Amino acid sequence: MMKRLESIHKSTSRIIEIQGQMTERCLELLLLPEDSSCLLLDIGCGSGLSGTVLEENGHMWIGMDISSSMLDVAVERDTEGGLVLADMGEGVPFRAGCFDGAVSVSAIQWLFNADKKTHNPVKRLNKFFTTLYSSLSRSARAVFQFYPENEKQLELLTTQAMKAGFYGGVVIDYPNSAKAKKFFLVLMTGGVGPLPQALGTEEPDSLQVKYAKREATKGIRGKPIKNSKDWILEKKERRRKQGKITKPDTKYTGRKRSGRF
Amino acid sequence: MKLITHNMLTSKCLKGVVTGYPLAINATDIKVKEVDFNPEFISRVIPKLDWEVLWVAADSIGHSDGLPRSLENKYDENEEFLKKAHKVLLEVEVEEGHLTCPESGRQFPISKGIPNMLLNEAEVQ
Repeated sequence: MMKRLESIHKSTSRIIEIQGQMTERCLELLLLPEDSSCLLLDIGCGSGLSGTVLEENGHMWIGMDISSSMLDVAVERDTEGGLVLADMGEGVPFRAGCFDGAVSVSAIQWLFNADKKTHNPVKRLNKFFTTLYSSLSRSARAVFQFYPENEKQLELLTTQAMKAGFYGGVVIDYPNSAKAKKFFLVLMTGGVGPLPQALGTEEPDSLQVKYAKREATKGIRGKPIKNSKDWILEKKERRRKQGKITKPDTKYTGRKRSGRF
Repeated sequence: MKLITHNMLTSKCLKGVVTGYPLAINATDIKVKEVDFNPEFISRVIPKLDWEVLWVAADSIGHSDGLPRSLENKYDENEEFLKKAHKVLLEVEVEEGHLTCPESGRQFPISKGIPNMLLNEAEVQ
């Protein structure tokens, strides 16, 4: 009996430790200004495990969760963040531009579950990302640690996020370890930026930059952005198919011209 | 519910509501819980607040004593003021009561310090 209790205790401590590490990693990826005290949104804050890490890093947080029993535990644990009982699929119920950043640890995959017959996951994802976008201040980021079931879920998440106006991509830490592999959806509000390097990999061009790159060259509808090199190449190909005289593609095609042009 | 949470909270997820801010507070039970004072955070968060809303909220629950109705110059250098702001923002908690949406009149209960913003199906946009 004691041995069993010990092993349960150990696995609970381990879970708490992992949640803590994932929160620290989310904070890292948030790229907040150094040594500053920020107001952060914790989405799916649960019993406040991630919130405690945010506090320890000197930030103030407001958390939302759909489970009142988990929030009651957060109160018991005397966490210092603000707590709100809310369903993220109904929207993020805060004023425009109030948060310096948002984190979420192991929570957003719940948006894929249609708990009620009337739940439409796409609609909920859209509602969530649109309202989240508006609640963030300019150049704030949102980082979500989550466990995608499959490629399709990942696609759906990133598509809905981009539709809401976010830029970003997925960082995959330890991509080659089944046990340690972790997914972080990193969303930015203020312009395209490079994704941070993933942990446990030396390949600079691997999975983690996949979605960011795609979004940098294509607009929301998946078409190349007008006047980009991709757009120029596609347009020339269309002209050739129409039988129009088109100059051949060379290394100069779509090259950046100097300001003097 | 802390007043910093109240200052950010809206009912805009309700169908037909445009801004849903500020929510009116009706408190039946209030507690004061000690929170570590971080003057840097308080100075940084003040520009994000709707100060008038904060003052009115604090006043509506009887905690506006000594809190200026409008922000003074160089408030970030006034430790007395920052401490008062800290108390009102982070230490005063509405334990029981309800919030009311200014546009729809819909009430949101506050129980054990936590505001319940869950909507029913007909209310979702």
